[in-house]
Amino acid sequence: MSKDQNKMSKANKVLPQGEDLGGAKREYNFTVYTENQIGLLNRIAIIFSRRKINIESLNTSPSEIESIHRFNIVIHETEDVVRKLARQIEKQVEVLKVYFNTNEDVIWQELALYKVPTDNIAEKASVERLLRQYGARAVVIRKDYTVFETTGHREETDALIEVLQPFGLIEFVRSARVAIIKGSSGFNVKLREFERTEPAPDVVENEYLNKRGDIFTM
Amino acid sequence: MDTRQQATITIPEQKEAVELTGGAALLEALLIEGVDTIFGYPGGAIMPIYDALYDYQDKLSHILVRHEQGGIHAGQGYARSSGKVGVVFATSGPGATNLVTGLADALIDSTPLVCITGQVFAHLLGTDAFQETDVINITTPVTKWNYQVTDAEEIPEVIAKAFYIARSGRPGPVLIDITKNAQIQKFSYPGYTPCDHIRSYRPKPIVRKEYIEQAAELINQAKKPFILWGQGVLLGYAENEFKAFVEKSGIPAAWTILGAGAIKTDHPLNVGMLGMHGNYGPNVLTNECDVLIAIGMRFDDRVTGRLDKYAKQAKIIHLDIDPAEIDKNVKATVPVWGDCKETLPLITELIQSNDHSAWLQKFRNYEKQEIEAVIQDELFPSSGQITMGEVIQQLNELTKSEAIIVTDVGQHQMVACRYAKFNHTRSNITSGGLGTMGFALPAAIGAKFGAPGRTVVAIIGDGGIQMTIQELGTIMQSGIHVKIIILNNEFLGMVRQWQELFHDKRYSFVNITSPNFVTVASGYGIPGKSVSERKDLKEALKEMLNHQGSFLLEVMVTKENNVFPMVPQGCSVSEIRLK
Ligand SMILES: Cc1ncc(C[n+]2csc(CCOP(=O)(O)OP(=O)(O)O)c2C)c(N)n1
Repeated sequence: MSKDQNKMSKANKVLPQGEDLGGAKREYNFTVYTENQIGLLNRIAIIFSRRKINIESLNTSPSEIESIHRFNIVIHETEDVVRKLARQIEKQVEVLKVYFNTNEDVIWQELALYKVPTDNIAEKASVERLLRQYGARAVVIRKDYTVFETTGHREETDALIEVLQPFGLIEFVRSARVAIIKGSSGFNVKLREFERTEPAPDVVENEYLNKRGDIFTM
Repeated sequence: MDTRQQATITIPEQKEAVELTGGAALLEALLIEGVDTIFGYPGGAIMPIYDALYDYQDKLSHILVRHEQGGIHAGQGYARSSGKVGVVFATSGPGATNLVTGLADALIDSTPLVCITGQVFAHLLGTDAFQETDVINITTPVTKWNYQVTDAEEIPEVIAKAFYIARSGRPGPVLIDITKNAQIQKFSYPGYTPCDHIRSYRPKPIVRKEYIEQAAELINQAKKPFILWGQGVLLGYAENEFKAFVEKSGIPAAWTILGAGAIKTDHPLNVGMLGMHGNYGPNVLTNECDVLIAIGMRFDDRVTGRLDKYAKQAKIIHLDIDPAEIDKNVKATVPVWGDCKETLPLITELIQSNDHSAWLQKFRNYEKQEIEAVIQDELFPSSGQITMGEVIQQLNELTKSEAIIVTDVGQHQMVACRYAKFNHTRSNITSGGLGTMGFALPAAIGAKFGAPGRTVVAIIGDGGIQMTIQELGTIMQSGIHVKIIILNNEFLGMVRQWQELFHDKRYSFVNITSPNFVTVASGYGIPGKSVSERKDLKEALKEMLNHQGSFLLEVMVTKENNVFPMVPQGCSVSEIRLK
């Protein structure tokens, strides 16, 4: 979705009458642990689209635990809306656990690839300076083109586009965001509790009830 | 009376694995799940299952409906009257898409269903094969869970999961799409093991003691507490626990339309109906109470009116099994997440026996005003045409409030919910959250199959009956006994009311003509009568109720009556209008 469309979709979003906005809109990172199930991506995506909320970034891949997938979803919303979305996601039968965090609470990266004509790069740019300054590396060097790779936050990967544009940037691609939660102790222990027929209380219950004022996890 | 009618599951002794087709394995699973009735309609992609069903006719009764929407509404009616999971069969493509309205209805009203759809052969998926539709994706937003089976070996486990998910936690509809090859495929059937745990699914929350204590403390200190209850009490089979709580606390209690009947209409602490067309006192006093105790209800906008002016003065205790409901519309002071069958007794134990008669009297005073301004004329008019209310009033008397009332959607629905009296739980069956016209006739058929010992009366508008009138054929063929009352105002009444009140009486396409319903019914072999004179009403109702079999009674009612009181859209509950 283009940036313009994106702006429009937010402007058009009709908030239910009398809804408490729950503070200002900001970026939130959902971390969702799920079963590996066909159709679940759709089930999760429509929770957002039904409410006309744009997903800014979505990554899904197998987690460190066999058969469990991990989603990273980024949206721009108020905490109040994010909390409600988290509960709707966790309600899905094949979702094990949902966390949401602000950018301050996660370490996150996006990976970007840049394809430029090798001639231009070799002649006009100080490749070495470029690579060092932007933490980039060359993945492929061919006679006709070179592909650089870098990881970082949006501004960092954007900055390298700016730099490479004058050298005839041919193609650019950026991955979705992946994020690690700073305060997490991992999912392995939780999963073992889920697998017991009689799960331990802290798995069954809603953790948000403990600290309803704080950042919400459930 | 414990209303739990869920058949206990008996697992037959594990014999040696036998060779079965996927279709037969499905039917074996249904038998072990205690299914006795299936509502369905066959077609190409589900033929192997129907072929298997041919050999199970003595154990599984299949009701051939006239349209798949009728089938799923019948499944809903069955589930709502019996407390069991409703089971529906449909073929691929158009058969499956005809289920969508019913799925949406069942999801929003938390009705447990297992729907089985046939699908094209697995190798044809995605080829635009004949009657292929992407049923899984079409139904994802309107099911609690859905799954496509392409291999017969999956069937026992998937069906076990389907029943478990449909009935546990907050119940809802599940759809299983089975490709034709899987229905035909023979496999070594290992027997059936019901499901009681899915690691990613936690239907039954562990109850938190501190919230029970906080709730009890708020209740003990409250001067003007008020209970709102919804269908959660019925879904949790917690009617007795609820009654004990209400009676010990002495707190006035009002209901959402899906909660009606959990305690008797005439219970001294039952103060009536909530919401847009609910009773005067409960709406006004919502904005005067000091503690609001919401039990198994979800603060639907038709109940709350304008949210930012809803019970702002009150502390809110919210009991719900679904964590997504807590704080969704109304922020809870004390969230009691859990099954109310467990949480209510814990709270009851901690509260003092109390009497709030002065506060209760306030409700009764408002009731008096409402009787004078609205109810008297609606139920006991002395002149003019028959009103909808007097039909319900006379029905109450004749049935002694023992009947199951199934309503469609519109003015007659609101009037029936307002004035019908219920002695028993699971007696008011209506499409609440979705407001699906066409619901009542098939749902009434299902309700009768689910509660064969009870009288089932469907109350339907002249508009809504024409949406699923073909189900008269189902009545004819199955021989089921359903009493059908059409309240004919010659309008799409509820829309007309809004056009009158909010659109300067610009009646835009709400004038609806009807066939001669009595003649139509007689074409289906169902006797009927039409009355328009007050003097004939009671006799006609008696004739309908006394007739051994189905009967259609059309009552010509006032054309332009409005349902009042009313909380106009965008207004607060305390701005409810009597006129
Ligand atoms: C399937 C469907 N279509 C449209 C509506 C909108 N609608 C709500 S009430 C109503 C009028 C119903 O008229 P009728 O069945 O005659 O009942 P009455 O209100 O006159 O009692 C309509 C059209 C609906 N609820 N459901």
